[in-house]
Amino acid sequence: MSVLDSKIPPGPIESKWTRHKFESKLINPANRRKFEIIIVGSGLAGASAAATLGQLGYKVKCFCYQDSPRRAHSIAAQGGINAAKNYQNDGDSVHRLFYDTVKGGDFRSREANVHRLAEVSVDIIDQCVAQGVPFAREYGGMLANRSFGGAQVSRTFYARGQTGQQLLLGAYSALNTQIAAGNIEMFPRTEMLDLVVVEGQAKGIVTRDMTTGAIRSFAADCVLLATGGYGNVFYLSTNAKGCNATAIHRAYKKGAFMANPCFTQIHPTCIPQSGDYQSKLTLMSESLRNDGRVWVPKKKGDTRAAHEIPEEERDYYLERKYPSYGNLAPRDISSRSAKEACDAGRGVGPGGLGVYLDFADAIQRLGAETIKQRYGNLFDMYHQITGDSAYEGPMRIFPAVHYTMGGLWVDYDLMSNLPGLFVLGEANFSDHGANRLGASALMQGLADGYFVLPYTLGNYLVPQAGNRPSVDHPAFKQAEEEVRARTSTLLGIKGRRSVDSFHRELGLLLWDLCGMGRSEKSLKRALARIPTLRDEFWKNVNVSGQNEEMNQALEKAGRVADFLEFGELMCLDALERRESCGGHFREEYQTKDGEALRDDENFAHVAAWEFKGDRQPPVRNKEQLTFESVKLATRSYK
Amino acid sequence: MNLHLKVWRQKSANAEGRLVDYEARNIPEDCSFLEMLDIVNEDLQAKGDEPIAFDHDCREGICGTCSLTINGIAHGPSATTTCQLYMRKFKEGETIYVEPFRARAFPVMRDLVTDRGSLDRCQQAGGYVTAAVGSAPDGNAIPVSKGKADLAMEAAACIGCGACVAACPNGSAMLFVGAKVAHLAYLPQGQPERDRRVLSMVRQMDKEGFGNCSNYYECEAVCPAEIPAIVITKLNREYAVASLKDTIGAA
Repeated sequence: MSVLDSKIPPGPIESKWTRHKFESKLINPANRRKFEIIIVGSGLAGASAAATLGQLGYKVKCFCYQDSPRRAHSIAAQGGINAAKNYQNDGDSVHRLFYDTVKGGDFRSREANVHRLAEVSVDIIDQCVAQGVPFAREYGGMLANRSFGGAQVSRTFYARGQTGQQLLLGAYSALNTQIAAGNIEMFPRTEMLDLVVVEGQAKGIVTRDMTTGAIRSFAADCVLLATGGYGNVFYLSTNAKGCNATAIHRAYKKGAFMANPCFTQIHPTCIPQSGDYQSKLTLMSESLRNDGRVWVPKKKGDTRAAHEIPEEERDYYLERKYPSYGNLAPRDISSRSAKEACDAGRGVGPGGLGVYLDFADAIQRLGAETIKQRYGNLFDMYHQITGDSAYEGPMRIFPAVHYTMGGLWVDYDLMSNLPGLFVLGEANFSDHGANRLGASALMQGLADGYFVLPYTLGNYLVPQAGNRPSVDHPAFKQAEEEVRARTSTLLGIKGRRSVDSFHRELGLLLWDLCGMGRSEKSLKRALARIPTLRDEFWKNVNVSGQNEEMNQALEKAGRVADFLEFGELMCLDALERRESCGGHFREEYQTKDGEALRDDENFAHVAAWEFKGDRQPPVRNKEQLTFESVKLATRSYK
Repeated sequence: MNLHLKVWRQKSANAEGRLVDYEARNIPEDCSFLEMLDIVNEDLQAKGDEPIAFDHDCREGICGTCSLTINGIAHGPSATTTCQLYMRKFKEGETIYVEPFRARAFPVMRDLVTDRGSLDRCQQAGGYVTAAVGSAPDGNAIPVSKGKADLAMEAAACIGCGACVAACPNGSAMLFVGAKVAHLAYLPQGQPERDRRVLSMVRQMDKEGFGNCSNYYECEAVCPAEIPAIVITKLNREYAVASLKDTIGAA
């Protein structure tokens, strides 16, 4: 087993970050130009890091698989971004945001990182406002706030139901200032297919140009991955179709540890699946739970239309079970409650896989116009997709895979155990524990990119000055050869099944066996079936066309091949974590009333998986979590 | 439902393209246009043919990646993005023409995929507020009236899909550029670079080969983000004032 040093600075939690910033190594402006930095991903974390490092004078190369950096999936975040501004004078503070996030994560995140996140949250809002992000305003011109799940204060800043879009376009505009200044070279439609490690340090990547198929190496002083989460391992999720785990999985296979991959977030309010052809699921923002009430019929198998069910025959189950948080209970709890109701035969709509989110009371209280102002674009989207109007009847919603808290292991500097590899945003594991609170993903992505990494990077770079290898180094040649060999193997199989059919089968299997509920039995079944499916993939997949062209089937095939390995690791992690916490609900470990039962004595740690070879089982390393500022307690929202 | 498709196939940027006939069979009404193409592609691959290449990503109408001309209309008949167009909008047995976005500044790369990098370059020319990280004052130190904030948001909602360009007979990007110019011109943060921004973005727009606006309003009609054509008026006014100031050395 390897020793994991999280490098948490000493001292009281409130001063760790201030102290660490002072103790971190600085690089003078003239010397920054000598360092080349690779950033993979152009979402909130990647774009904000690229812009900030470019502004500081580093030479940055930024890569994304999309045709433009503005299309990264951060763009789809709807509800908002948290910050401990306490503009509402309702008792918020850095400490409260910190506390809520640690508690919301069910005590499986790293305290010091979370406190830093809460501290810099306030600067993020200022920075975004300065960039011209059109946040919602009150009539007096001040910034408006709304509340979100898992909090009793209003600390969420928003721009209609398009907050992610506006923040990403802000970061994209900052990125553009640096592209225009010549500090950033942008590589759209370029996919990272391997990480290059030279003498134990991450020093470059191998990419495929998605237009020409050219395989090319890039060397740098360090590599930053900001490639998002792995939710698409489930096939159906709220992620964009192109989102994938290839970058982080390839890094894992080159020696970076994968932490807590079993921590996946199932979002409670998504539009239910309507058929087998469906390619993705669409989220309906959590902000809707500010005004919408969640309910199912009290009676099993009730097939009456919603409006025919009288008030006394409805079960507003979140309000009943969690009176103090009500409809704003955190995501893991809300999703599980929806599953419980559906499992008990009280779900609504086709197959009984749905619950109602009802705005009738809010419309009566505030008027349809106010509701339209708050959620107009979401109601339109719902109408577009389902053909139904949520102004006239309740929405029908169901949980769906949305976010992944697990990711590559990083220390306090956001550096992986593999020196020179930094991991930002959803791609790392550190801040959200076993469950992320709403409006905290945007906060973390921008915190890492704008305010954390630019300070911590120097600690690695300073002693590395002049240590950048050339792409002629044998490690690059070898990685390129491996990429070429893999690509030609995929193209040469010429089997009978499409890439999508394998992806769908894997996704369904994971949803059933490693989804909202998991058990030793289900996980062992998954672990038996995934290798068989993977073997079939490598014997029978059909990938058309050639490498030397735009080939979308080939792109997908490479990603699905990685998901077929990653999915297995996820199930293994879920099996070994013999407790329930946050989004990881092991059916064997629950309280009498069906709440998650944590085991702090044996599992208050991060599981960081170490790759040992394709035919060897990975090793489970541990980072013990200590809670000095927040007392370990049973999480209650009742 | 069953449909006849006439789809633009083009092997690469320099190859010649043509419309090819395909049959889309057993398409559920509730599936999206892109999911219909997924089904057609699965059939093609099962037969050993190459699937139709098309751009797409979020499939929820916000990333702006998807981009088809359907029966001659950018994004098709529902004034949404193509990913939010559902097959219930079509009739059984209908013939549907599927082509890439057509514009001089959007060269075709393969089949239905075009290169819209020209839009990024317009943004890089000045579609931002230069605000170094770390230099921002408190968010509430810059009050913005609700009316102005709402107008800015309306313009900022642009998803950058380029449908406005594809719909315009002149291939003009004035709705796209106008949206960014208006967004930042409405806000106090956008003032210091206001003149510079509009001059530079318009210069880049011309350089990329986008045409001029001659008031067809096709752009507004197809815009999935409902950007109003008034941003073009705003763009013209901003440009005129900035040009004048530039001539007298006050921009």
